[in-house]
Amino acid sequence: MPDIQEVTVEDLKHLVSERAITGETMLLNMGPQHPSTHGVLRLLLELDGETVVNCIPDIGFLHTGVEKNMEAKTYQKAEVMSDRLDYMNPVGNNLAFSMAVEKLVDLDVPARAQAIRVILAELTRYQSHLVWLGTAALDLAAMSMFLYCFREREYILDVMEMCSGQRMMTTYIRPGGLWRDVPVEFEAAVRNILKTFPKRIDQYEALLVRNPLMLDRTLGIGKLTGEECLNFGVTGPMLRASGIKWDLRKARPYSGYEQYDFDIPTRPEGDVYARFLVRLEEMRQSLRIVRQALDKLPLGPVRSNNYKFVPPPRSEIGTSMEALIHHFKLWTEGFNAPKGSVYHAVESPRGELGVYLESDGGPKPYRIHWRTPSFDNLQSIPLMAKGVLVADLVAIIGSIDIVLGDVDR
Amino acid sequence: MDKQLQPIIEELEKDFGVSATESLGEVSLVLPAEKIVATCQRMQDLGFELLSALTAVDYWPEEQPRFHVIYEFSSVSKNLRLEIRLPVRGINPTIPTVSHIYRNANWRERELWDMFGIKAEGHPDLRRILMPADWEGHPLRKDYPLGYEEPQFTFNFEEINLRKPYAKD
Repeated sequence: MPDIQEVTVEDLKHLVSERAITGETMLLNMGPQHPSTHGVLRLLLELDGETVVNCIPDIGFLHTGVEKNMEAKTYQKAEVMSDRLDYMNPVGNNLAFSMAVEKLVDLDVPARAQAIRVILAELTRYQSHLVWLGTAALDLAAMSMFLYCFREREYILDVMEMCSGQRMMTTYIRPGGLWRDVPVEFEAAVRNILKTFPKRIDQYEALLVRNPLMLDRTLGIGKLTGEECLNFGVTGPMLRASGIKWDLRKARPYSGYEQYDFDIPTRPEGDVYARFLVRLEEMRQSLRIVRQALDKLPLGPVRSNNYKFVPPPRSEIGTSMEALIHHFKLWTEGFNAPKGSVYHAVESPRGELGVYLESDGGPKPYRIHWRTPSFDNLQSIPLMAKGVLVADLVAIIGSIDIVLGDVDR
Repeated sequence: MDKQLQPIIEELEKDFGVSATESLGEVSLVLPAEKIVATCQRMQDLGFELLSALTAVDYWPEEQPRFHVIYEFSSVSKNLRLEIRLPVRGINPTIPTVSHIYRNANWRERELWDMFGIKAEGHPDLRRILMPADWEGHPLRKDYPLGYEEPQFTFNFEEINLRKPYAKD
């Protein structure tokens, strides 16, 4: 049995102030099991009374080696792991992975598949924001918000289940299109959501936006300027709440986002309150996109017919020799992607979700790197935490909207 | 190639001796490792405010170069993207840190050290970030095994337990 290693202040003395060494300020662990750290995040706080002097995040508790594991699997099998990264945005992760593979092997995606991808990605953004709204409000002691948000989220998870058979880890978007077409009940279910949810957002706003308790806890807390955000690599709603209009759906449209009419909400303040408002408005815009996409949902195939890369439909396997061979080859050894590397980024609910994919010409990714937005967003927390109270830090963590699976990969 | 990108690449080619390649619609520049700090400074002046990603690829058993360190830059004001690749040699390479220019490089360089064993010279806080502090080896290197645990049943539990590696043994 080896000796137990003691971690002392000595190891971290370059990160804390002089006063921590002399014992004048207190070092306190927040997490990894603290309920308001939204997962297994550990913050080492240096406190002067109740004021945070320094904040040292410690991550990696949820590290699962997804990148290493993906290198050992064929492209189709590796995709299943992508859901598990940011488990609040599984469809977005599938989309990023599939689009990177499509770019690498040069696959075309039919229009119907692209529209369904957009609908599902926006519904996922909506449900991710719902979870954020519920938990962030819960951190500020608004208990009922949590219950309302999770009630609504069920409707979206039902749609996911209807399409893919899974509520969260869908793997519904595949390189070259979708797993299969949506069922007939899909449209009615999404229309139902479109009918009900706008009213619900109004209710959340009525409950929170001008609530004096909420204003006290969030106004002017955790401020970041636009330049600081960019320098820290902060993207997504946090960047837009600091006044910078940057959204990859508008800046570099993918999957047909250029056809839809929607706004990018921004706020100049850059505090926790601004992040609340930006995300609430984003939920409205998501519904707008879903409505437009559903109204002009084209008919046609949902998978590319390039059978070198995309498995043929089940109906053909029984009658066509080639289809059977393709099916067999794809599910035993996979397809060989040409040598080269691509980087593709999509807008996840948290910011720029990028996939760096390098191929050595074989059936497995030689290297895959996930540029996850939470990793960079979380990095700005020592800056925001300086000089705030511990209770404010809880509000700040909530406003970043971290998903620890996304941070630790 | 984007028309706006052309003058930027020409400028970088002239001042830093980079070589540009374009494949699959993406432009990447290859740069010697010692010039990365000056280049990053220039990139920021050229309007690339965002360091989107910083990662590496291991070409083991190749050693000249063994790794490519990859920087993905984004420009929010001009809506551009550019990739810079840094070939580094040897088994325990070092690169100069850019964490004072792009502050999110701080954690990303810690991740490089943790996962690949590429040291960022001049980094203010070079500790492991995702793996435990007492971990040995760098998991994303190609000569690091993927890891496989033999399933233990009642009949062979003791036998496997004897040869099973535990952390910090």
